[in-house]
Amino acid sequence: MAIHNILNSSGEWMRSDGPHNQIVVSSRVRLARNLRNFAFPGWAKKTERLQILEAIKPQVEGLGEMGDAFSVYSQDLSALEKQVLVERHLISREHAAKGVGSAVVMNKKQTLSIMINEEDHLRMQGIRSGLQLKSVFRMIDKVDSALEERLDFAFSPQLGYLTACPTNVGTGMRASAMVHLPALVMSEQINQVIQAVNKIGLAVRGLYGEGTEALGNLFQVSNQTTLGEKEDDIIARLHKVIEQIIEHEQNARQMLLQKKPNTLLDHIGRGYGILQHAYSMNSKEALNLLSFMKLGIDLGFFPENCRQPVDELFMETQPAHLQKGTAQKLAADERDALRAEIIRSKLAAFPKPSTGSAAPDRDTGSASEN
Amino acid sequence: MPPGHCTLFTPTTMHCDVCKQNQATVFLTQIVDGKMQKVNLCESCSKEKGVTDPTGFALADLLLGLGAAQEMERGGSVQKCVVCGFSQADFKKTGRLGCGSCYETFSEGLSSLLKGMHKGTEHKGKVPLRALRSLERETQMKSLQRELRKAVADENYESAAQIRDQIKQFEVS
Repeated sequence: MAIHNILNSSGEWMRSDGPHNQIVVSSRVRLARNLRNFAFPGWAKKTERLQILEAIKPQVEGLGEMGDAFSVYSQDLSALEKQVLVERHLISREHAAKGVGSAVVMNKKQTLSIMINEEDHLRMQGIRSGLQLKSVFRMIDKVDSALEERLDFAFSPQLGYLTACPTNVGTGMRASAMVHLPALVMSEQINQVIQAVNKIGLAVRGLYGEGTEALGNLFQVSNQTTLGEKEDDIIARLHKVIEQIIEHEQNARQMLLQKKPNTLLDHIGRGYGILQHAYSMNSKEALNLLSFMKLGIDLGFFPENCRQPVDELFMETQPAHLQKGTAQKLAADERDALRAEIIRSKLAAFPKPSTGSAAPDRDTGSASEN
Repeated sequence: MPPGHCTLFTPTTMHCDVCKQNQATVFLTQIVDGKMQKVNLCESCSKEKGVTDPTGFALADLLLGLGAAQEMERGGSVQKCVVCGFSQADFKKTGRLGCGSCYETFSEGLSSLLKGMHKGTEHKGKVPLRALRSLERETQMKSLQRELRKAVADENYESAAQIRDQIKQFEVS
């Protein structure tokens, strides 16, 4: 399969049809593995890295799951193509920086992506829409079992799978869910939630390359430790915590609806207005405003058929996705103009938010009567 | 506020531990040698410290950087991995190890580091089939050898010969 097939079709996980998809955008599980008797990629010399790559790549391509796979050496991808894959979470930023000696293989549905010679010899990742950590783990575990039949992994009975970074040793597994938490942010409860989650050995981070900054009120919750606990137990613990976060977010939404409907509607209404009428918009502003649109749809202020276009815009307004259709690289202001144009056209047919029972005139304010 | 005074008030803004100026938005907690270490960072300092890569799960790496090198220095007398030539200085620089054997080479320094970093010190998860098979083989072989020694000690040469044949067969299988 060619790169344009991947670039031009969105992955299955972006269809937002998984369980709890209103709040949980996606679930990801990745396993780190290394071959016995070879140096880790960061320490191996180029010839050794190439040797590793050629030992692994055919085996990965031969997997049953990789029937119609896209397989490519890192040096054969352009910077823009790599960036598109990063924005889709199909490769890491670290992997995007690699050249000769690395490769990536992914299935057609873009639910399975295997990086070769990233920080470890193998980084295998499964990703699906909504809260599906268990099924994603089963999928990637199957791939791992198939590969270990053909490859000899570095493993110690005491320390488990040996990885380049000691933070991954043991299961080599990092499971994470991407969650959309606008109400917890608006009600300023998010830091409490983050701290509580941190205390039980899970990490919460912001999204989309801007590091820890929670753009678009999107957060990533993942396990922090990999040694001393079974994979199933880690997944179960994470799943439970995500369910609790969902509940907190839902409570926060109800609370805002009841106590601060004006603030809530103001955010959603402004988001709608600006997105529909702006002529220049950077990706940060777009994500933040789209987040309010998404919230508005969840709360029933917009019809359900608005969901798909809004979810698509989260991805399509990312810098590389924006430019994949253009002939040449765009300057920042050109990108902002194009982004605004795409959003305007997609939102043109959207009806005004219908506030229904949350209408501000039901707010306690006496101002309207005077 | 008098020392020891208890307060129910939780400040909503916390300052960054590095620049002491901006509001902290990244909160890291780590248990090292049973003591809890907390680090609060603002956005720009967290970027500077490399807590920015959302795909690399770099959060724990920062924690690693805070104490890893010291742990390694405290622990190890071994300077270089004989298999891949990786040294403690390299670990200090990169926070990554050179090869699987480094875990043995630097085990002394790593053990307390891993203890602080993870839930336990012993792997409880998946075991690759190959490793499982070779582990089983090893145990089986050991028990056969034990039986053989016992048979010889008991001067039960007939069964010793049988066990010896079994071991031979086992070795070629």
